Amino acid sequence: MTNKSTVLRGVRPYGADPVDIIVRAGVIAEIVKAGTGSGQVVEADDLIALPGFVDLHTHLREPGREDAETIDTGSRAAALGGFTAVFAMANTSPVADTAGVVEQVWHLGQATGLVDVYPVGAVTVGLGGEQLAELGAMATSPAQVRVFSDDGKCVHDAAIMRRALEYVKAFDGVIAQHAQEPRLTVDAQMNEGLLSGQLGLTGWPGVAEESIVARDVLLAEHVDSRLHVCHVSTAGSVEVIRWAKSRGIKVTAEVTPHHLLLTEDLVATYDPVYKVNPPLRTSADIAALRAALADGTIDAIATDHAPHPHEDKDCEWAAAAFGMLGLQTAFSIAMLTMVNSGLLDWHTLADRLSVRPARIGHANGHGQDLLVGAPANIAVVDPSASWVVEPATFASKSRNSPYAGMTLPGRVVHVLKAGKASVLGGDLTC
Amino acid sequence: MRHLLSAGDLDLPEACLILDTAAQLASVTDRSVKKLPTLRGRTVVNLFFEDSTRTRISFEIAAKRLSADVINFAAKGSSVSKGESLKDTALTLEAMGADAVVIRHSASGAPHRLATAGWIQGSVVNAGDGTHEHPTQALLDAFTLRHHLRAGTGDLAGLRVAIVGDILHSRVARSNVLLLRTLGAQVTVIAPPTLLPYGVNDWPCAVSYDLDDVLPHADAVMMLRVQTERMQAAYFPSVNEYSRRYGLDMRRLNLLPPTAIVLHPGPMNRGMEISADVADSSRAVMVEQVANGVSIRMAVLYLLLGGMADEDRRDQ
Repeated sequence: MTNKSTVLRGVRPYGADPVDIIVRAGVIAEIVKAGTGSGQVVEADDLIALPGFVDLHTHLREPGREDAETIDTGSRAAALGGFTAVFAMANTSPVADTAGVVEQVWHLGQATGLVDVYPVGAVTVGLGGEQLAELGAMATSPAQVRVFSDDGKCVHDAAIMRRALEYVKAFDGVIAQHAQEPRLTVDAQMNEGLLSGQLGLTGWPGVAEESIVARDVLLAEHVDSRLHVCHVSTAGSVEVIRWAKSRGIKVTAEVTPHHLLLTEDLVATYDPVYKVNPPLRTSADIAALRAALADGTIDAIATDHAPHPHEDKDCEWAAAAFGMLGLQTAFSIAMLTMVNSGLLDWHTLADRLSVRPARIGHANGHGQDLLVGAPANIAVVDPSASWVVEPATFASKSRNSPYAGMTLPGRVVHVLKAGKASVLGGDLTC
Repeated sequence: MRHLLSAGDLDLPEACLILDTAAQLASVTDRSVKKLPTLRGRTVVNLFFEDSTRTRISFEIAAKRLSADVINFAAKGSSVSKGESLKDTALTLEAMGADAVVIRHSASGAPHRLATAGWIQGSVVNAGDGTHEHPTQALLDAFTLRHHLRAGTGDLAGLRVAIVGDILHSRVARSNVLLLRTLGAQVTVIAPPTLLPYGVNDWPCAVSYDLDDVLPHADAVMMLRVQTERMQAAYFPSVNEYSRRYGLDMRRLNLLPPTAIVLHPGPMNRGMEISADVADSSRAVMVEQVANGVSIRMAVLYLLLGGMADEDRRDQ
């Protein structure tokens, strides 16, 4: 970091009137009248500045599945998507259930440096759901883990979930639950409904999510701890969370871009690019999820970016892996579903894409308003641009995007992470 | 018609064309030389990822009676069990010049994937995929119903058909509901609620939990095989209870109108969904179903492959 100034020339913070944002020594040093700032100029006329996005839910696959993604390629994809911080889920190989693994992930993230990679620690040893992992050791490691999750698997044992919620209070951690009652979802392939019956694919009923969410908010209330619900996918879960929040229960929740846009109807193609867990639901669920994100019942958009090598999707539905890419399309999908529909403005979009997720995960230095003195983690976007999704051009190592060929609105143009440009003009700086 | 993936893809004229073609081809079976030259030089591959000797043999005989070259490819492993993937198997068959692939697979949608993923050029015939569909079974059932109850011609308008058993897991039921609807029949599915799919009330059929209620008004009853393993997953409490409530025994057979017939796709669990005396009674038409299966599969292969001119369709 030098004391040289970078000037975001003519940029519109949250879509407001143009200004020059002057960044120096990693922070927003000054905000002055457009065209008057001096330093190294980054042209940002008519572009919108938002706090750098924070993704509570990514799968960077390293260690173990470097054929699908690495921390380096995942960081590149994240930066191009406007993110300055991502949380890397624990279901790697080996599982991130020890201080050693989370430290490795942390250091690899720092070495790449394009985004801050916050490792998520596993709740239970090997994601096995039976014995608590050494949560304290992960919390006090250099990675300072605060978010714990067995994501991919549900902490289904109520007693283990209760203990986990209690235990993390000692270091203000949060349990991020993948809410999926396992006995109700044996071999589940898609949303349970009329279509699953017609397609002959085993159903994943909404109640399998809702029953766990209901149990967990009650547990969180009982032990007065923090619960975060991963990838909420049903209208019923929204109702439970809304009720829990009204009671003052410390619950937060996220929704993925794909659950805000895509419906189960796509499964009729049997194309596994649409196979994801939790599954794509109905248009009624989408409407409820959008409304909940708009009114704050759901706190954050999180990608659940899940890279898979081609062969794991180029097969019959039942054999295919669950998951889809999300980092490089998240902003556009959020804009399409939430801003263009009038449900969120730029301020509230920033709240859901940056401020609240940073707060939930204790990503210090991220998710701060664009004010003088704030760390310069900034995403600069072009709301008037549109682009055609070509997964072959993605920085991610994998190509499993459900949006291939779609024309999406909005484009991430520049990204500053701690004052340093990671993306300029839509390209990585290194 | 390029592929046969779902009974729901057939409109009324197409379905009737298949049934009429099968009726014509059935006469070949009565000749001393049971062969037509229609598909000479064409290659039909039976790609079976699941064991099903009867369906495979039925397709094999059908193809051979049309003079096609038949390859039986019993793929033991699928990509699910870490064997060769469906894609690589398909690419292999494509390289060998298969004109039609008859596929049986445990994964719902595998035939659809084979037909649409761009791996092969030839026609795909769904010979049963997971818990999705089994369209040639529905066609042979319709053929059998038409023969017995509609003098072998036309559609099945007004015919009342009861389908009884494990509707949830049955590809036969799905294909039959779709095809019988297209042909104008009135279908009722009967099962314990645990063995009915979520959303069945929106299917194009009536739904009942009470077999005795339906039988007096049925022109035909189709009994489905119920796997005893379903008991372990709590779909029903015991084989005896299932049999008492949903099995077809002589008492229930006598509830049917006197002209009504009994179908079963086989293999039967005698003593479970159907009693031995019913299975062996004159009302049961299972043996005819098997014979009709060959005619239907001849018709399907003929229409998919023979409908083209003699030039190699792969060049087109």
